[in-house]
Amino acid sequence: MRDDWLREDRLPHIYCAGCGNGTIMNCVLEAVEKTGWDKTKTIFLSGIGCSSRAPGYILTDSLHTTHGRAIAFATGVKMANPSLHVVVFTGDGDLAAIGGNHFIHACRRNIDITVICMNNHIYGMTGGQGSPTTPIGKTSTTTPYGAEEAPFDLAELAIAAGANYVARWTSFHVKQLTDSVLNGLHTPGFSLIEVRCQCPTSYGRRNKYREPMDYMTYLKSHAILKEKWERTAGPGDELPADSFLIGEFVRRHRPVMGVPDEA
Amino acid sequence: MQGNIASAEGALAAGCTFFAGYPITPSTEVAEHMATRMPKIKGTCFIQMEDEIASMAAIIGGAWTGARSMTATSGPGFSLMMENIGYAVMTETPCVLVNIQRGGPSTGQPTMSAQGDIMQVKFGSHGDYSIIALAPSSVQECFDLTAKAFNLADRFRTPVFLMADETIGHMREKIEIPDSVEIIRPKPLAEGALPFAPGPDGVPGFAAFGTGRHIPVTGLTHDERGYPDTTNPARHESLVRRLISKIEDARHDIADYAIMNEDAQYVFVCYGAPVRTVREVVERLKTPDTGYLQLRIVWPFPEDLLNRFPNVKAFIVPEMNLGMMAREVERHVSVPVIPVSKIGGDLHSPEELVEAVRAAGGHP
Repeated sequence: MRDDWLREDRLPHIYCAGCGNGTIMNCVLEAVEKTGWDKTKTIFLSGIGCSSRAPGYILTDSLHTTHGRAIAFATGVKMANPSLHVVVFTGDGDLAAIGGNHFIHACRRNIDITVICMNNHIYGMTGGQGSPTTPIGKTSTTTPYGAEEAPFDLAELAIAAGANYVARWTSFHVKQLTDSVLNGLHTPGFSLIEVRCQCPTSYGRRNKYREPMDYMTYLKSHAILKEKWERTAGPGDELPADSFLIGEFVRRHRPVMGVPDEA
Repeated sequence: MQGNIASAEGALAAGCTFFAGYPITPSTEVAEHMATRMPKIKGTCFIQMEDEIASMAAIIGGAWTGARSMTATSGPGFSLMMENIGYAVMTETPCVLVNIQRGGPSTGQPTMSAQGDIMQVKFGSHGDYSIIALAPSSVQECFDLTAKAFNLADRFRTPVFLMADETIGHMREKIEIPDSVEIIRPKPLAEGALPFAPGPDGVPGFAAFGTGRHIPVTGLTHDERGYPDTTNPARHESLVRRLISKIEDARHDIADYAIMNEDAQYVFVCYGAPVRTVREVVERLKTPDTGYLQLRIVWPFPEDLLNRFPNVKAFIVPEMNLGMMAREVERHVSVPVIPVSKIGGDLHSPEELVEAVRAAGGHP
């Protein structure tokens, strides 16, 4: 039962109406349940931001840490006790801005943790500032005339840095997302599951996605399955404007750290 | 043996099983020694992190698995660790940090000795808090005090700092390594007890991750369950006051010091490398009317010890900074406090300290 994993005495949660984070938490917990992992041996960590409040609602040991540093704390947990299962919730600002260095080094080490990034393209908790994944032209309180800096592609970053498992889905693709989280949990080494999701309060309101379904509709219509793109695109074709690839991008078996010694 | 290596050996003797660090002069030998020794000790882990922020984060993570965890650094790295040091204070995470102090501010003098971080260790992270800081003045004390730091960290559930300096860290002396050192692990979290409910000593019991207690740990102001409660002024005040009082209330109980010549009129108050020059002046040269108080635990400051000198006319505080602890001494006493401040990396000479006694009115 999913409810067994939730701290009901922490409810109500802080997420706004229409937020995508609850959907993602639900998918992650469903995947974790399917692993059959002992709740006592499963540790959730997070940094700072809306995404990072997730572990506080889950009934396990958890570390809600400092901004951007969750992966570094997770590295300590996993290396000091490799028998624990370690899952990190993070967001685009937490992972790619202040935590970017820890992110790429964890990919490089290929430490055996699973990172779920709730990528809503904005700093929600502090009221809607631009992040390293805010698309060019989109408005936020710190990009009031439209973002000018090129955004990071988080999945590509993880692949280039050496992670063993990388996938990207959206808050619309709950079935595929759940399957990918499960695959990530099972793949030894570093797993990143990037989930693009709606933030009606801070992102949607300023970018003509005021209703939660507005952005969900965008995600559904502009996400192109990687396999489909590879099948249909001609050489040199570029993705249509505002579109992005989804799917399981990498599942490989590079050397890893933090896996218990074979006994 | 070198001071930095004695510190690493002291940690291993105390059962340190997790070390995360980042190279920085003049502390690097601590990490290098751990990197050499730990892979040969079953159940231990050395990891070189991407920076000092990550090193501090990693040892907090390691500590929550129940591992005795340590890092080592120097000034610039120490500054980077400050945010996560505050996190360790707030979450009551036992861990040990070795700071081999060098000349600052900024990159300063990487290879020269200093004691300029002795206030940063107490006040460097934001907010009100207390920590425990030890200062070795010999290679033997590097070993002994590092081992002791782990016991204090576990007993009080707080980060504990070995505030050495380049002189002591790179000095080589003969030391005695005991067959075993005393190991006091944290008081276990009682059955049914809330994870952040304090005992009579103000310290909650500890349960490691993976032992079934399902502890939510956060740097936010939290209740005894560990749940965030950030807008209740009374909650914040009682939590922060407890974090401070659990340490400050024990300051005389845990005081670690040496006193020479309680009848002295001119009393040196010293810690770290300057202790060596003070001992030269008081013990070997037998400068008349002088004595000293050596502090091995600098924070919390055991001010009652200053009352142990009934004939004192002046306290003289030689430091390798511009008078940081001298100010702390000054606020507890009514006689003059004379700082003998020296920065740049050289130790005080005996003549400088004898001159300080003369300037204070003594007749050495």
